[in-house]
Amino acid sequence: MQLQYFLILAAALFCIGIYGLINSRNAVRVLMSIELMLNAVNLNLMAFSNYLDPQTIKGQVFTVFVITIAAAEAAVGLAIVLAIYRNRDTVDMEQFNLLKW
Amino acid sequence: MNLAEGVQLVSFGLLSLMTLGAALGVVLLSNIVLSAFLLGGVFISMAGLYLLLNADFVAAAQVLIYVGAINVLILFAIMLVNKRQPFSSLPNAWIRRGVTTIVCAGLFALLSTMVCATPWAISSAAPAGDSSIILIGEHFFTDFLLPFELASVLLLMALIGAVVLARREYLPEEAQSPAETVLMLPERPRETVGAGSPTE
Repeated sequence: MQLQYFLILAAALFCIGIYGLINSRNAVRVLMSIELMLNAVNLNLMAFSNYLDPQTIKGQVFTVFVITIAAAEAAVGLAIVLAIYRNRDTVDMEQFNLLKW
Repeated sequence: MNLAEGVQLVSFGLLSLMTLGAALGVVLLSNIVLSAFLLGGVFISMAGLYLLLNADFVAAAQVLIYVGAINVLILFAIMLVNKRQPFSSLPNAWIRRGVTTIVCAGLFALLSTMVCATPWAISSAAPAGDSSIILIGEHFFTDFLLPFELASVLLLMALIGAVVLARREYLPEEAQSPAETVLMLPERPRETVGAGSPTE
C-alpha cells in the first residue's frame, strides 16, 4: 500500500466533483458535488496523516474539522435552495439570474 | 490495521472502484434521487478507506455525520423541491461540457504527475492505530482548543441561519385582531414568482 494510490484516488474524486459542480443543472446536485470535493480533501488529509505523520495524527483532527464545516455548509446550502425554490418555483441553476449583470 | 499486504491492496481496489463508480453516478445520472443514494455509497466507501488508513474514529464519524445527517438532509431537500420538469436545453451546452471535461482531465493528469514525481518523506514510525481517539482528544483540548470552540460556535450559527433562511417570511406590520393571532403564526401566503417573469 502506498501513499500515491490514495492521493491519485483523491485527485480523481476531486476532478469528478469539479465536473459535476460546473455541469449540473439541478441546485441540489451542485451541493452534492461540493460534498464530493470535500470528501476528496478529507481523503488527502487522512492519507498524509497515516503515511507522513503517524505519531501525532494532526490530519485526522483536521478531517474532523472539515466534516464539521461540511455539515454546516450542507445545512445552510439546502436552506438557501429551499428559499430560492419557494421564490422562483424552480431548481434550475440557469434560471437563478437574480444577481447576474 | 493488521492486514496482509495483498488483502489491503484488494480491498483498496474494491473500495476505490466503488467510490469512483458511485461518484460518476452522482454526477452523470439524470435521476436525482438515485444520485442521492449513490452519494451515500460514496460516503460509506470513503469510511472503508479511512479504516484502511488506521483511522477508526474518523471512519465512524464519517458514517454518522455524512450518511446519517448530510445524506438524509439532502434526501429531505430533494423530496421538498422535487419537481418533475425537464430543464430547457441550452443552445451551447456541449461547449461547456467539453471544456469542463478537458479541464478536469488536465487537472487530473497534472495532479497525478505531481503525486508520482514528488519524493514523499514517508515516516517509518508505527501508526497510532487504536490509540488514535485518545490522541485526537488530546489535540482537541490542548493545541486545537480554540478551533474546537470556534467550530461549536459555527455550528450554532449555521443552525440559526438555516432556520431563518428556510422559514417563511414573517410580516410584522400587518396588525391583526388579537383573537386571530392567538393560535396562528402570521405568515404571508405562499406566492411564487414565475421563473422567467421580472421580479417587482
